[in-house]
Amino acid sequence: MEIEQEIKRFVTDNFMLGGNPRKLTDQDSFLENGFIDSTGVLELVGFIEETFEVSVADDELVPDNLDSISKIAAYVRRKKAIPKK
Amino acid sequence: MLVDDFLTDSARRMPGKVALACDGTRLTYREIDELANKMANALIDAGVQRGDRVAVYLDNCVETVISIFGILKAGAVFLVINRTAKAEKLKFILNNCRAKGLIGDKNAAGILCALSAEVPFLNFVVLKDDWPAETTIDSKKCFSLTELLDSASSERPPRKCISIDIASIIYTSGSTGYPKGVTLTHLNMVTAATSITQYLENLPSDIILNVLPLSFDYGLYQVLMGFKVGGRVVLEKSFTYPYKVISLMLQERVTGFPGVPTIFSILLGLDDIKKICFKDLRYITNTGAALPVEHIRRIRELFPKARLYSMYGLTECKRVSYLPPEELDRRPASVGKGMPNEEVFLVDENGNRIATPNTVGELVVRGANVMAGYWENPEETAKCLKEGLYPWEKVLYTGDLFRMDEDGFLYFVGRKDDIIKSRGEKVSPREVENVLHALPGVLHAAVIGVPDEILGQAVKAFVVPKNGASLTEKDVIAHCRAHLEDFMVPKYVEFREHLDLTGSGKILKSNLK
Repeated sequence: MEIEQEIKRFVTDNFMLGGNPRKLTDQDSFLENGFIDSTGVLELVGFIEETFEVSVADDELVPDNLDSISKIAAYVRRKKAIPKK
Repeated sequence: MLVDDFLTDSARRMPGKVALACDGTRLTYREIDELANKMANALIDAGVQRGDRVAVYLDNCVETVISIFGILKAGAVFLVINRTAKAEKLKFILNNCRAKGLIGDKNAAGILCALSAEVPFLNFVVLKDDWPAETTIDSKKCFSLTELLDSASSERPPRKCISIDIASIIYTSGSTGYPKGVTLTHLNMVTAATSITQYLENLPSDIILNVLPLSFDYGLYQVLMGFKVGGRVVLEKSFTYPYKVISLMLQERVTGFPGVPTIFSILLGLDDIKKICFKDLRYITNTGAALPVEHIRRIRELFPKARLYSMYGLTECKRVSYLPPEELDRRPASVGKGMPNEEVFLVDENGNRIATPNTVGELVVRGANVMAGYWENPEETAKCLKEGLYPWEKVLYTGDLFRMDEDGFLYFVGRKDDIIKSRGEKVSPREVENVLHALPGVLHAAVIGVPDEILGQAVKAFVVPKNGASLTEKDVIAHCRAHLEDFMVPKYVEFREHLDLTGSGKILKSNLK
């Protein structure tokens, strides 16, 4: 499964989207849309580390790396040095 | 004095000073004051009258601050509703106080479209973002915030309120399962803000970083007090990304940082934080729940130049006590003594004042910061506001048990009821249980708080499934997430075959953990 799809599945399964049945796009900001909070981030990091076998450093816990499906995918690819399609 | 005078007066004294920094936007006192005037005039044009309730259903952003002051300047009552509140809670609050208007974002639009005719008192909606196409909300007027502000006058609207008029309603969880609207007059809020800024020794040079929700009084007052003293407020949406908050703290040269134990736990868990020098930070505050003594020690080690204030309070009177930082060495577990312009004392089960030290009793608060009451809820109000020193006055029975040492310093012992404090915010077990019972497949549910290093207390749910129901922990948590604010969602779910009952048929919680 593509990286983006895996992430999307995790996020939709685990973070209810405010009771509002909008579809989640790859660009939607988790923070802006209230999808995630401080404990949610810890779960998300756990998922990323297990699923993609990367290690997330404390100082990589920033919105630029984690705040949307496309940002997470880009971060994972950078960590694993996978070229973007 | 009225709460909106905090802004108006500072705008007169220091119009060009940057008052608010949020997400890259910087606004001066003059700019915020003008935007608030415009908001007020727009609201008045939309039919808002003195005393009307207007809800703000946004996260921490510039628009929330402008809305709060705009509503006040229109002579109306503001309510900031936690943006993670779900449809049922929103509907309850809007109907309970018969809010005339709501200011929200596209998330709000979605929920309101679904609720539509179920919020009959709501007359208009103002949206921060673009309206989603084909949005209709019953017969309610819909406005775009940008258009409203562009077309409204920036003249200060005429003053309508006096200090005993209501400024805000803050909904807080109670044991009954329904939230109660803590109703605060301008006098209540000005009194509290004056006392607090006095003991924190706030100055115009203060730069306060607020990551706490503005729907929480602790977060709200950072903005009110920051403006009152002519300081600057740096506003963040949350503490979700600690390193982002830390770089903001350094970049903005923050002097004051209010937190709750959860935030301090996360900070203390970060690897590289010891290397950073926070040379501008002069004070840190904690309330919401007690800081473990070991964390107090480590926080002081991490921020050697900052004074740490351990405090205690409740929404019903904003704040009660603070520990002067000089006392931290001697009594780190204390939350101090009553703040300026306030009296506190302990009473026994019969309501008699306790005069002997180290005797546990319920804390009672007397002062002009004590709320007017719970909105249109005389029974709940009568349970905690009782006759004070004089027959005409009311004092606040906090429902919290304390002891006082020989020198009059307070130590928190426990709650009289079963309210859970998670992330510093109140969670009503009954409210969570009601939501659990609404999940098909749940026969019985019981919710308790369990100690948690990061959260203070974590919410734990015990569920007895119906015969044949196949529920998973994930199902239960997802259901809760859809119906509760994020801090109320259980962290743990344990399935049981049955739960013990008391003689009167209630679930016996004392042997659950």
